[in-house]
Amino acid sequence: MADTESQPSRSRDLDKLLLRPGNLVGPNFEPGPQLRADLQEYARVLVVGAGGLGCELLKDLALSGFKNLEVIDMDRIEVSNLNRQFLFRLQDVGKPKADVAAKRVMERVSGVNIIPHFSRIEDKDLDFYNDFNIIALGLDSIEARSYINAVACSFLEYDSDDNPREETIKPMVDGGTEGFKGHARVIIPGVTPCFECTIWLFPPQEKFPLCTLAETPRTAAHCIEYAHLIKWDEVRSGKTFDPDDPEHMKWVYEEAVKRAELFGIPGVTYSLTQGVVKNIIPAIASTNAIISAACALETLKIASGCSKTLSNYLTYNGVEGLHTKVTEFVKDKDCLVCGPGVLIELDPSTTLQKFINLLEDHPKLLLSKASVTHRGNNLYMQAPPVLEEMTRSNLSLPLFGLMGKIPMDIVHVTGTTRKNDKKTSSLRKLRVVFKGVDGVIDMDTAGGA
Amino acid sequence: MIRLFKVKEKQRELAESAVGGAPVKKQTAGELRLNKDISELNLPKTCSITFPNGKDDLMNFEVSIRPDEGYYTGGTFVFTFQVSPIYPHEAPKVKCKTKVYHPNIDLEGNVCLNILREDWKPVLNINTIIYGLFHLFTQPNHEDPLNHEAAAVLRDNPKLFDSNVRRAMSGGYVGQTFFPRCV
Ligand SMILES: [Zn+2]
Repeated sequence: MADTESQPSRSRDLDKLLLRPGNLVGPNFEPGPQLRADLQEYARVLVVGAGGLGCELLKDLALSGFKNLEVIDMDRIEVSNLNRQFLFRLQDVGKPKADVAAKRVMERVSGVNIIPHFSRIEDKDLDFYNDFNIIALGLDSIEARSYINAVACSFLEYDSDDNPREETIKPMVDGGTEGFKGHARVIIPGVTPCFECTIWLFPPQEKFPLCTLAETPRTAAHCIEYAHLIKWDEVRSGKTFDPDDPEHMKWVYEEAVKRAELFGIPGVTYSLTQGVVKNIIPAIASTNAIISAACALETLKIASGCSKTLSNYLTYNGVEGLHTKVTEFVKDKDCLVCGPGVLIELDPSTTLQKFINLLEDHPKLLLSKASVTHRGNNLYMQAPPVLEEMTRSNLSLPLFGLMGKIPMDIVHVTGTTRKNDKKTSSLRKLRVVFKGVDGVIDMDTAGGA
Repeated sequence: MIRLFKVKEKQRELAESAVGGAPVKKQTAGELRLNKDISELNLPKTCSITFPNGKDDLMNFEVSIRPDEGYYTGGTFVFTFQVSPIYPHEAPKVKCKTKVYHPNIDLEGNVCLNILREDWKPVLNINTIIYGLFHLFTQPNHEDPLNHEAAAVLRDNPKLFDSNVRRAMSGGYVGQTFFPRCV
């Protein structure tokens, strides 16, 4: 590709969107060369995942005018990736996906700067994620999505009227594919539902009963799961099964073949073994391309305002003919992750015991027998007795100190609420603010920043 | 949102020299839900729970069950629980740490309990699982065998099954397999 020739045309088509006003644009859209320059200079996008979707996303974003991109992925390239993860070549096998993907896109698209991170997403601190304006997700696991969602929502702050403070919103664009099906969604924490608000959209993975595996296998998958879950422990006890170790995978495959022969079951192959054990869903390059294209465009729309964004969940289904649909899901207003939580103002001298008593009378809570947790520290647990004993001494201490003297933070409480004489258990998010402590932003003016 | 990004970038440059906030532990929605489950535990006298990693790691814990009726009366059986960050979307991983002669628990500690696998639903909780495990000891069944021999003996000769269980629990051999004492 000759960069000198492709450059003007790339920007010419983008210019039509960025330089001209329109009727269907988003709020606060200000077309002009300044917008184009600002997009290049100030928009910082993180791509999470450099697999099938991630490769597409990185390429699409680079070709959409974004200049500051970073990509994070913990995997190395495998031979089986090469059919769809088009940035990788045979000689790249064994190298980190993030490094190669970044290098290839930079070679092909002039002027783009991509910083790769060969790392687990959990190993980066919050500051790393806070540096980005938009996070684009090309992942295949619920765990990873849930983690990034929790991180992005943790930056969100609300004003005293429970409205999200715009400058604390970290938008996410999430894509996912499975064979001929896929989805693209826009998550604006505090405005549209977060991943946790709608986690029921992802059906739990099907699990076979262990006794079926042990006694009455009927399918090739049963034989593979038998070798993986039962035979491995029996023969190689003490050794943790590592799905990324080819020797382990080969062992499971061979045991599965023996099992299948014993029961006369056909169909156990090495790739099926990998698929079942690692829960790999079939990926099709073109589905990835379609979903990624939608995600990249939404990213451009969020950043520039050149068009209204997807509201808020697109499904694509190419299984029988072709069907796409956009659904506007609604936020769970009590969501523990993205919701505002109930605002509680306290004197810094308030003890944990007094705080717990206060929740009982709070009109929005009426929560009795509360257990309290703050950033993974269990400050008080009502049950079981072993935890109650361990946390009891905290009751007489000021909550401010127990929370590490942070002037304002999120606390979660669980307990019993009374509603029409019926007792129900509930788990609530609270926004605790200590009055008169240095560093507290005045809650009434904070929203106007 | 580009205007906001611009403002933020300027703020970032200004704040560059300032000290960053202390690194904070992320608490997932799964941990919070588990917290709720644990704080509401209502265990029978025959069951107890411990947290080997202290009060702030609830994702890994052990449950001891001491059946007070049936074949296993008087024994103590320890189960390890490993809870995923996306709990309750996914069931906890439960293993029996105590080697036991039982039709539904194999010698590696795998447990055949429907709610741990095919019948798990997010509305279920830790209490349900513990009651399910307790139930396995009061009513072992030969229809979902993980230990094939034990299941066959239970089905064909309950008296022999009873004496095998006794022998295993007091520390001894059943067939070729040695079981450490657990009473
Ligand atoms: Zn939410």
